[in-house]
Amino acid sequence: MNPPPINQRLAANRFILDEAECHITVNQPLARASGTADRLIACCPAKVYSWAPDGSLAVEYAACLECGTCLAVADPGTLEWHYPRGGFGVHFREG
Amino acid sequence: MTGQPDFDVIVVGAGLAGAVAAHQLAQAGLNVALLERGSQAGSKNLSGGVLQCQGLKTVFPDFLDQAPVERVIDRQQLCFLNQSSHVTLDYADQRLRQAGSAVTVRRARLDPWLAERAEAAGAIVMTGIRVDALLRQDGQIAGVTAGADELRSRVVVLADGANSFLSRLAGLRRAPARHQQAVGVKATFKLPAETIEERCQIDPAGGLALTMVGDCTQGVAGGGFLYTNRDSLSVGLVLNLGELVRRGGDSSLLFERLLAHPLISRLLRDSQLLEYGCHLVNEGGLAMVGRTVFDGLVLVGDAAGLTINTGLTIRGMDLAVSSALAAAAGVTRAIAADDTSAAGLKECRDAFDRSAAGQDLRLFAQAPAFLANERLYGPYGELLADLMFGLHHLDLSPRRHLLAQARRSLRRSPLSLGRLLLDGLKGARAL
Repeated sequence: MNPPPINQRLAANRFILDEAECHITVNQPLARASGTADRLIACCPAKVYSWAPDGSLAVEYAACLECGTCLAVADPGTLEWHYPRGGFGVHFREG
Repeated sequence: MTGQPDFDVIVVGAGLAGAVAAHQLAQAGLNVALLERGSQAGSKNLSGGVLQCQGLKTVFPDFLDQAPVERVIDRQQLCFLNQSSHVTLDYADQRLRQAGSAVTVRRARLDPWLAERAEAAGAIVMTGIRVDALLRQDGQIAGVTAGADELRSRVVVLADGANSFLSRLAGLRRAPARHQQAVGVKATFKLPAETIEERCQIDPAGGLALTMVGDCTQGVAGGGFLYTNRDSLSVGLVLNLGELVRRGGDSSLLFERLLAHPLISRLLRDSQLLEYGCHLVNEGGLAMVGRTVFDGLVLVGDAAGLTINTGLTIRGMDLAVSSALAAAAGVTRAIAADDTSAAGLKECRDAFDRSAAGQDLRLFAQAPAFLANERLYGPYGELLADLMFGLHHLDLSPRRHLLAQARRSLRRSPLSLGRLLLDGLKGARAL
């Protein structure tokens, strides 16, 4: 079996998207300067973080699996991350 | 005091710790609310999948028959995985099945069942509610806030998981160090039950827990696992965050690499991906537990940092249950005595420390330091495979005795005999 790539893996999940509120905020200059951006890109299992063409750190918050790894590896002050509002976000059916 | 509290106890988080605590407290006749941010209990929860369930059986004697458990684990494999080889220790025992002490679970199924039990015992279960902060009054935790709502209680049981933002926000606990946490990455794959039984060599009533160390993490401290559910397989990796960052590892790519390994790829053939998820795992053992009882508040389960990494498995769910039982007993006593200060709630911690789980936590206190040894995640597996190759590959050179072959493999390895003995001794002491 070929390992399913990340977009296929995420497509198998159920998400309840909160269109009104994004639960992740990046301090762009600080995240880049501190090396946090590269760390987030590598560590996040959902590949929420990636480099945008304009050189900023793009955040695909809709794909977040809410593990908290990003916050655990981010330097202080580079990332604001909290759980989505009640009832929103990933909805595990297997777990 | 702004009127009477709304509840005797508010429990935050409907995982194992929260649901069991709520069940016990409600059964003791207390007025209990169980709050969960997911739209259903379990919808935010994910575990590798093996639950040591003896504790839950004391709470629910019908647990094995009634709870949505998948399979009883009666076959354990420890596999040293290298890039193109693996050496596996395979242990199957009918006594394991009869004991029924380890079962695979899917949290999205188990947790709603536990929440229902708590509800049946009289707890009020409220889902889809994210608690934003703890309320304080006169220096004591006196409830929670969720959006514009304030809910007051005499005691809060905090079961908000490995991240426990609520205790951090209240300044009660600090964020753990990176090396004390890991990320678990897992996918579930659907396969017919008969196919699983055939491929994993288990009976319809049995189950396999396969643990992998070595190449599956490319040297990052951690390991891989494959567990059998009734008609699906759970496959995943646990990666220490400190080591993942230090080595610049990519968790998603490491996971794909594990799936591509022939050992795993063969087991997953023709399966259908059901779900992909991840979750933080506490790995600091006793060192990261710290204080768990405050004025008006008790921490339980992952929120209290309770896990034991034994090298073969990371126990968390059974510690969650033990801590919940201890907390419920302590809270019930404190409320009866009308003293919900930290001193009044002291029994919550003492009862846990006296429990088997609490004793195990102390017994394995040195395990995290031993398991940080990077030789475990590469050289040892290669040494084993090289030894096995030497024994099984009959080229035209004369054979050697086992000991001579072992010496030869050791010479070719970056490990030395002294290192081996020292690590062996440390491991035997720590694990």
